[in-house]
Amino acid sequence: MATPDHAATAVDLTAALVAAPIPAADWLVILPVLIPMVAGAIGLVTRWRSGLQWHLALGALSLTLVVDVMLLIRVATEGPIVMAMGRWLPPFGISFTADALGATFAVTAAVVALVATFYARDSFNVSERRYGIFPFLLLLMAGVSGAFLTGDLFNLYVWFEVLLISSFGMLVMGSEKAQIDGTIKYAFLNLVATTLFLIAIGLLYGVLGTLNMADIVGAAQRAPSSAPLIAIACLFFFAFAMKAGAFPVNAWLPASYHTPRIVVSALFAGLLTKVGVYALLRVLVMLLPRQADAFSGLVAVIAALTMVLGALGALAQSDFRRMLGYLIISGIGSMLVGVALATEAALTGAIVYAVHSMLTMTALYLIAGVMAARVDGSFDLRRLGGLYGASPLLAGLFLVLGLSVAGLPPFSGFWPKLVLVDASLAAGSRMLAFAILATGFLTTLAVGRVWLYAFWRGGPEGTADGTRTVLGPAGDTAAADRRGTALLLPVLVLAAAIVGLGLWPAPLYDFAGVAARGLIDPTAYIGAVFGGLQ
Amino acid sequence: METALAGLVAAFFATSIYLLLSRHLIRVLIGVAILGNAVNLLLFTSGRLTREVPAFIGLDEMVPAPGVANALPQALILTAIVISFSFFAFLLVLGYRAYQELGTDDTNGMRIAEPRSEPPPPMGY
Repeated sequence: MATPDHAATAVDLTAALVAAPIPAADWLVILPVLIPMVAGAIGLVTRWRSGLQWHLALGALSLTLVVDVMLLIRVATEGPIVMAMGRWLPPFGISFTADALGATFAVTAAVVALVATFYARDSFNVSERRYGIFPFLLLLMAGVSGAFLTGDLFNLYVWFEVLLISSFGMLVMGSEKAQIDGTIKYAFLNLVATTLFLIAIGLLYGVLGTLNMADIVGAAQRAPSSAPLIAIACLFFFAFAMKAGAFPVNAWLPASYHTPRIVVSALFAGLLTKVGVYALLRVLVMLLPRQADAFSGLVAVIAALTMVLGALGALAQSDFRRMLGYLIISGIGSMLVGVALATEAALTGAIVYAVHSMLTMTALYLIAGVMAARVDGSFDLRRLGGLYGASPLLAGLFLVLGLSVAGLPPFSGFWPKLVLVDASLAAGSRMLAFAILATGFLTTLAVGRVWLYAFWRGGPEGTADGTRTVLGPAGDTAAADRRGTALLLPVLVLAAAIVGLGLWPAPLYDFAGVAARGLIDPTAYIGAVFGGLQ
Repeated sequence: METALAGLVAAFFATSIYLLLSRHLIRVLIGVAILGNAVNLLLFTSGRLTREVPAFIGLDEMVPAPGVANALPQALILTAIVISFSFFAFLLVLGYRAYQELGTDDTNGMRIAEPRSEPPPPMGY
């Protein structure tokens, strides 16, 4: 089925191979993968120079961000850009394809990774640096960029595995008991999820005979009605929902995300689940839209349950970090609304929400690290307190991030939620609109409680009314204060982006609209893959 | 032939899922190994099975003879074998390390990250 018809004996090689050298400008598509990968390799070779590691990572990720922004500008002006690997033209070879959706996610991921790396300067001791925490970070970033930019389904699977194995290393680095416990659950369940993805790829190849995304769109439309494409689409949904942390296959996330160093949690919160959301948008909305439509009601129910149960889970936690894990899950539900409705407005809302969630969740984990550094290193709500008096700037930043994650104006979380509620009502799904609003309410309660306990009251549990005590860190308090202020800089950058996107949402909103239209009608994408290379 | 192999894949999947559902890490690990093989066999079968036509292009010809084996699923399997092998190696070490550190291979006993009886969050102010 896969072998093309070989009636002709004389073969026109230009139909299958790239004849002319690839223009230098098109190498831009692969650079966001190449730079962190090469830097990761250099970091691995020079891992005994533990002082260099952080600078190498910071430099490489800055370069990645620059390249990603250049790519985004080119995609915005010219439409999707394609680069064919190893001279083989699509659908035979692997083509990297950057479109508006992939470029948006790649830029946001680079911002998040750069900011988290900046925060990570003093997060790891010498032995952890020698064991290669920064090379892991760079290879994770290579995997994430590759997943956002590849145009081939099997290649997407390979990038999933690249980022997964790097994340294992980062998660278990430190080898505390809780980390090993968390990594066991994370590793086994995520391995099952990617294996499910591979099963779905195998079955899809058996039915359609192609793995190139642009080729799948047409092949799926032409496929006979007896082809089991709906079952395959269900398998894809199952696999990616597990990667994204959707209810009821989200158990791995709250079991593991609070165990590593806080900066690792922040990075995971910004990057990993969103790769799952990206894959859902790409495969269910762009590649198999008619098949996904058959079970969109189920997706809607899962979206609503993920949102509401995530927020309820956040309310039930007394550990701030574990609460944040549930808030990530709750946000995934909002993005699933876009997958469920698959209208232009809903997809735009979901893409804007994904950008907002990447920035906000990373910033919240980072600020949790600063808060814990201010007190005795504890994340327990019972032991936090008196932080408003200790650092008004910290309190102000927390309020910005908390209101943003709850979806209140004028921060970045407000607009995508507004758009999603509007799109749900327009699609006639009151259930989803209610779930989004109820989630906003529950999240406000959860975040408000952290505000009450950590900032407003005078000190930890047992402090008498009207008195102030902060459980200070052991050792030099002034040095700890300076360190805490330095750590606030990355949070400040993210908070500025969150306020900026809240006050001027139009550019991001317009571009997300372009990405959403590209998903619904991928003519430009397919044209770029098959037409742009001759 | 495809049907027979599909049945074999199903048996592999059934065995691996049965083992994956176990509480004991060592059985889960064996389940993971069998799952990887089940998927490889599935990829192989979904590329369709052809017999006894070598994948060579004759001297005077430009294209292979019809009916040669599809090379792409084999490339996919090769990639998948490498990945599943490295993951299995990592999980094996992780499982052994967990057994050393946590003193059990029963996942019900692994409650360090999520303690079983945690007090509820503070209710009063």
